[in-house]
Amino acid sequence: MTDQKPLLQLIHVQQLYTSGRRQFVAVQDVNLTINEGEFVALLGPSGCGKSTLLRIITGLRRPSEGRVLYRGIPLEGVNPYATIVFQTFALFPWLTVQENVELALRARGVPAEERKPRALDLIDRVGLDGFETAYPRELSGGMRQKVGFARAMAVEPELLCLDEPFSALDVLSAESLRGELLELWLSGKIPTRAILMVTHNIEEAILMADRLIIMDKDPGRIVAEMPIALFHPRQRKSPEFQDLVDQVYALLAGQTQPEPIELGSAPGEPGRTRALPQITINDLAGFLEYLNEQPNYRADIFHLPEDLGVDSDHILRLTETAELLGFATIEKGDIQLTPLGETFAQASILARKEIFATRIRRLPLMRWLLNLLRRAEENTLDWEVVRTALELEFPPDEAERQLDILIDWGRYAELLAYDDNRGLLTLEPASVPERAM
Amino acid sequence: MANLRDLLLPKPREERLFTLGDAIVLVLIAVLLYAGVVLAVKAPPSVKGPSISLEPGALPWYTLLSVGRMAAAYALSLLFTLLYGRAAAYNKRAERLLMPLLDVLQSVPILSFLPVVLLSLSAILPEALAAELASIVLIFTSQVWNMTFGWYQSLTTIPKELNEASKIFRLNTWLRFRFLELPFGMITLIWNSMMSWAGGWFFLMAAEIFTVGERDFRLPGLGSYLQEAANQGNLQAILWGLITLILTIVVLDQLIWRPLLAWSDRFKLEMVESDNPPTSWFFDLLNSARLTNWFHDHVLSPLTERIDLWMVRRYPMRDHEGQVAQPFTPTILLGILLVGGLLYGGFRTGQMLLSLPVDQWLAIGIGVGATLIRVLIALLIALVWTIPVGVAIGTQPRLATLLQPIVQIAASVPATAIFPVILLFFLALPGGLNLAAILLMLMGTQWYLLFNIIAGASAIPQDLKFTSALLRLTSWQRWRTLILPAIFPYLVTGAITASGGAWNASIVAEYVTFGGATHSTVGIGALIAQATVHGDYALLLAATLSMVLTVVLINRLWWRRLYLIAEEKYRME
Repeated sequence: MTDQKPLLQLIHVQQLYTSGRRQFVAVQDVNLTINEGEFVALLGPSGCGKSTLLRIITGLRRPSEGRVLYRGIPLEGVNPYATIVFQTFALFPWLTVQENVELALRARGVPAEERKPRALDLIDRVGLDGFETAYPRELSGGMRQKVGFARAMAVEPELLCLDEPFSALDVLSAESLRGELLELWLSGKIPTRAILMVTHNIEEAILMADRLIIMDKDPGRIVAEMPIALFHPRQRKSPEFQDLVDQVYALLAGQTQPEPIELGSAPGEPGRTRALPQITINDLAGFLEYLNEQPNYRADIFHLPEDLGVDSDHILRLTETAELLGFATIEKGDIQLTPLGETFAQASILARKEIFATRIRRLPLMRWLLNLLRRAEENTLDWEVVRTALELEFPPDEAERQLDILIDWGRYAELLAYDDNRGLLTLEPASVPERAM
Repeated sequence: MANLRDLLLPKPREERLFTLGDAIVLVLIAVLLYAGVVLAVKAPPSVKGPSISLEPGALPWYTLLSVGRMAAAYALSLLFTLLYGRAAAYNKRAERLLMPLLDVLQSVPILSFLPVVLLSLSAILPEALAAELASIVLIFTSQVWNMTFGWYQSLTTIPKELNEASKIFRLNTWLRFRFLELPFGMITLIWNSMMSWAGGWFFLMAAEIFTVGERDFRLPGLGSYLQEAANQGNLQAILWGLITLILTIVVLDQLIWRPLLAWSDRFKLEMVESDNPPTSWFFDLLNSARLTNWFHDHVLSPLTERIDLWMVRRYPMRDHEGQVAQPFTPTILLGILLVGGLLYGGFRTGQMLLSLPVDQWLAIGIGVGATLIRVLIALLIALVWTIPVGVAIGTQPRLATLLQPIVQIAASVPATAIFPVILLFFLALPGGLNLAAILLMLMGTQWYLLFNIIAGASAIPQDLKFTSALLRLTSWQRWRTLILPAIFPYLVTGAITASGGAWNASIVAEYVTFGGATHSTVGIGALIAQATVHGDYALLLAATLSMVLTVVLINRLWWRRLYLIAEEKYRME
């Protein structure tokens, strides 16, 4: 499997979308080649456009710019040689296991006498014999995804695309399904020429893929490519494996930058406004308390998902928040609590609120909102008005999410109040006298 | 019952209360009406109705006729629904006109069109055929809108992954319809069909007993049987008629709708087994029968298999994404024609309306006011009894099992069927027709309220009930802080449908020919009926349009706002 014939190529692919007068970049200038015989993992935090990219690759979506070539020929419409295994399985709930698998064949005009044995054989091969007449709702998550695989295999795809196929499964079924897929792929028993897997699970990507494509958000783009030269079966606990995991975390978590760069600019000012990570105060406090108990107030980021029992996406958002508020610094895949972070972790409830308030006041986005409220009549603004203002900087969904985070954080810090009934944001009296900065 | 509201009522899609689309739609309706009125002028001056036999032996035949009319209208509605809903859901440009059109059409009081439809049809067709067609068209217009809305909404809420899967696995339009759209929309479609049939009975009865002055457009059927019986004061025949009617409705429910509901449970999207799926003895019977299984295996399966294969080969999947814009000229030409027609029609309509003297406009104003008061009184009476009763049934399961079937049967009897009987008793009283009109509105509308309130009350979470008991709230406090807010969204939903129904009923209720004499009272419904009788077509047009406009405005300015508030504030998630 060493021949390097390109199966699929993306050339300067961009995905833009417009909202009002603004244009937002979902995927920026992506160049990517998937070769025959390759298992490629597309890795990145949520919102980095990796699912969008998968849809462009399969032809479900047409890119705003750039070209998609399949075997050197521009792709028109949905790629007939590709198929997807979906995160949420996308099985038709009103069809039995067998009917679900058969549907893919029926759509290609395969007559019943040929279709039925093929479907039964596939169901048998994924280990679901005996469940042919079961409905998806009678199956466990792992078994449903097996049906998803059987259905995908039924059309004998050249390019098998996996859209976070294991993330909706429990740990054990995910692990066993990964093993089974790898075995099928490595044994060469299936006609599939290449696999593309989208995931945010770093270990999973390193466990399975020959090559990692690492993406980052704001805007969605490829930041690194990394070949994985380990032999199968790969050992998660081996030093080489751990080393790779550490490297990827270091890439994704980044380095703490000087403050102006880290914080970004306020809406309306030149430069990027930094989107706040969606994290609740409770999670943040718990996270800082955990770091506070570590030797030297320091932890290896790649150990965190396992130790804290949350997924890597969530961990990356937590480290980002801690870094943004100056509670921690990040360097080479390690996170280090700052003295301020220590103080916060040990402080009483009231003292925490005060520390938090002084920190979020430094965020350009929060500063902008507080200034807006200060200048408003009776220090009160309509939720809708603020959201519209934010839409100049963010896409509509994101604007709403950012405003919710601002309200959540601002309420906790007692900087502002929000009346959900009337949809009104008000400055808390304590923060009124401060002069506009 | 709890999710009935979600199934039946469209979510408010846009915040703006009146759009350009609405204006165009209103003009369109005005022009259509104008065309109808112009035709109506040519209608024959007198029409002889059929003689209705009061023999109980005639009832099966009459029942068959009535059910046949309903079935024809329903088939038409289904076809329209599938096509229109699809066009609106998949074509962004069409959606912008089709959806406001649907929205206005469903709030238009359909009965106000009956005279126009009848007269214009009878101008071009033989009377018997015209009356049949008019009744089918009328029933169609009473059945179709909620079905179309439901279908459209199903299509637009198909989960993204299922959509993508259907593309990735290359389902063509036919397979997509058969394996994705139809199963996904099935439950909504069946619930809406049931509602439509209930509404259809109401209009069928009205259409069967319609007379305009010298013109007797009655149709042989259950409705006209009941009317004739009341006319002659034949209590025995009335009883026979009512029993037949109730029996028919119950049989249809047991043999068609219940089995369909039980069958459609498999189309639930939830990935968990439902707690108490709908059951049907008839469905179980069919399911266990050898014959039906044989039919499925040897006739149905091979047939659908053939159709599928043929369709896949004949019409392979086309990508919507990859398509180039459609050829332009025909669309533009059609648009120009439509706009031209609208402008001309609008102009003529305006001319006709302007020719109407001021005092008649005044009469229309008074009529609208009077009918509005009647609608409000009917609504108020309905609220007064349905809130306590509905809450009682909804919160006490034991009471529910006892009363639910009784209520359902009572609700299934179309108010228009009993109207002649009511007249029999009320016309003797002073202000009798006034009372009878309000009563008819009440009977036609209270059930919507009751069912919605029951649904709302039974959806109150148990923990909230416990909390209010723990807090030792007084019964008034409990009503104010828990029960009323909890049922408010359901109340609004019910009231919207109820008020629409009440306006509709006014046309039949305010002007009646009974026992050889004509009775009428002040109201817009009476005005419409009168104008039809006297051939005053300018008045007919103006009155009908006024009624349409009033109802649409009330819906937009009052009900929709309440609905938005209910959705935002009092919705329990």
